[in-house]
Amino acid sequence: MTQYRVLPGPEHFLPPSAASMGIKLPNPGEGHIHGVIVPEEQAMEEAARQFLMARVPTIFPGPLVLWAWNEKAAKKATAVRHLYETIKECVAPQQKPMLIPMPDYRPKYPKINPEVEINPNHPNLTIWHNKIDCCMFVGVHCHQANLSLKIIRGGTNCFTIAMCAQAGHEDAMLSFRDATPEKIMRLAEWVRKLKGSVKPPEVVSKKEKSAG
Amino acid sequence: MSKERIKIAPEFFDIMPPEYQDLVTKATYGNEQRGWKDIGTSKELIEEHSLCAGCPESMAFRYILASLPNPEDTVMVGSTGCTSLVFPHVAIHNIHSLFGNQNAVASGLKRALMVRFPGRVKDVVVLAGDGATVDIGLDMTMQAWFRQEKFTTICFDNELYANTGGQESGLMQKGFVAKMAPVGKGFEKVRLPEIAREAGCHYIVNCTVSKPSLIEKVVKNAIYVARELGPTYLQLYTPCILEIGKNSMEGLQEMRDAEKPTERFAYKEYISEPAKQLLAEMAAKDKEKKAAAKQLASQGA
Repeated sequence: MTQYRVLPGPEHFLPPSAASMGIKLPNPGEGHIHGVIVPEEQAMEEAARQFLMARVPTIFPGPLVLWAWNEKAAKKATAVRHLYETIKECVAPQQKPMLIPMPDYRPKYPKINPEVEINPNHPNLTIWHNKIDCCMFVGVHCHQANLSLKIIRGGTNCFTIAMCAQAGHEDAMLSFRDATPEKIMRLAEWVRKLKGSVKPPEVVSKKEKSAG
Repeated sequence: MSKERIKIAPEFFDIMPPEYQDLVTKATYGNEQRGWKDIGTSKELIEEHSLCAGCPESMAFRYILASLPNPEDTVMVGSTGCTSLVFPHVAIHNIHSLFGNQNAVASGLKRALMVRFPGRVKDVVVLAGDGATVDIGLDMTMQAWFRQEKFTTICFDNELYANTGGQESGLMQKGFVAKMAPVGKGFEKVRLPEIAREAGCHYIVNCTVSKPSLIEKVVKNAIYVARELGPTYLQLYTPCILEIGKNSMEGLQEMRDAEKPTERFAYKEYISEPAKQLLAEMAAKDKEKKAAAKQLASQGA
């Protein structure tokens, strides 16, 4: 069994793909945390905990949920928005939840507005700009999610969660598989359940920050 | 055709960047009469562009995207060159192919789309520079025409390799001295429109992009003919103002100079007999439709 763990970075400029380091994908009913396979409920609890501990917990909805392709996508969109609203309700005032879209995968050179969107080709810009320390990808096609997750692990210290509708993502620090609207709603329930039991991040004043 | 297929999930409309909100509310998807006159009054299918200030290619891009009759169901195939810098900014499905392979890729794509969507009109449009069309990709370009593939090939002819510093291309005029072709071109500009005619294209136009209404007409004709009959070809002069030593404001005049009757981009078209017949039928139907609409309007009034 591999000793490699998928941890918040910055790992280095070109982190290895977690799969190449021996990290395996979960089976149905399971998830993984840092590359270790766990029951799905455990992953749910940990994801909810990470959202509640983060200064800027963020959801990045991708094209598969942003655009109303079909009924299933529309239901997922409702669930994702519900999760975001739940996080907003459950966090402390010093935390700043965000919902930032990834409308498509165009490279968008030479500019991207990191305040309003994230691009899979340079997701680190949005994460740096908004000081995001925990994020969840949902509705992003797998190949683009893998690319982004690796870049994020390479260049930021953000904790990444993948709510994948397929087989999950090794390159995320925590991954679900077979995402459905119900599963996303269940994650929202976990956030509500853990409200008050997770210590929110401390407020660091500018003075303290500059003092080091 | 309609905007039905590009709806934003209502839960996320408020967080979508404004250009996407505009795209689904103000773009001309689904409008059969769409054309260059929509520019400035509706959302264009090009989001800024990364070409040089005053580049005629950017004008050409805007006119072409405004004139596509079926943008939702159109796939554009590009190749290496200045055009490939623009494709990431357009709201049309597009594929970047290896340099010169664009017509081969488009052939497979068009055939696959015909099989996959038998009841739906899917247009394929190749848009590449003169290097990709005439030099590196001439084999693929001509083979697609020989095979009578049903798509349109548009060549942005700037008469050299612009974004690599001005090397000689087959479409460069004889004697022209460029930054990386210091002794001047030694042979005549390749006569691709004539080659296209002999290779089996049904509709061919050689012109500049100085007149948007003309571009709209030829783009629509080329696509309609390609849908029904076979390959069509447009060769559009889009001079590289940097490489020919012009200023940003001089691109339009350069095109006007190049389209004078004795010049190399004087308007030239070739339409095969079946294409002539098809276009005449379409024009007659359009006339009938307009007359019926007029009559209906007068009855309503």
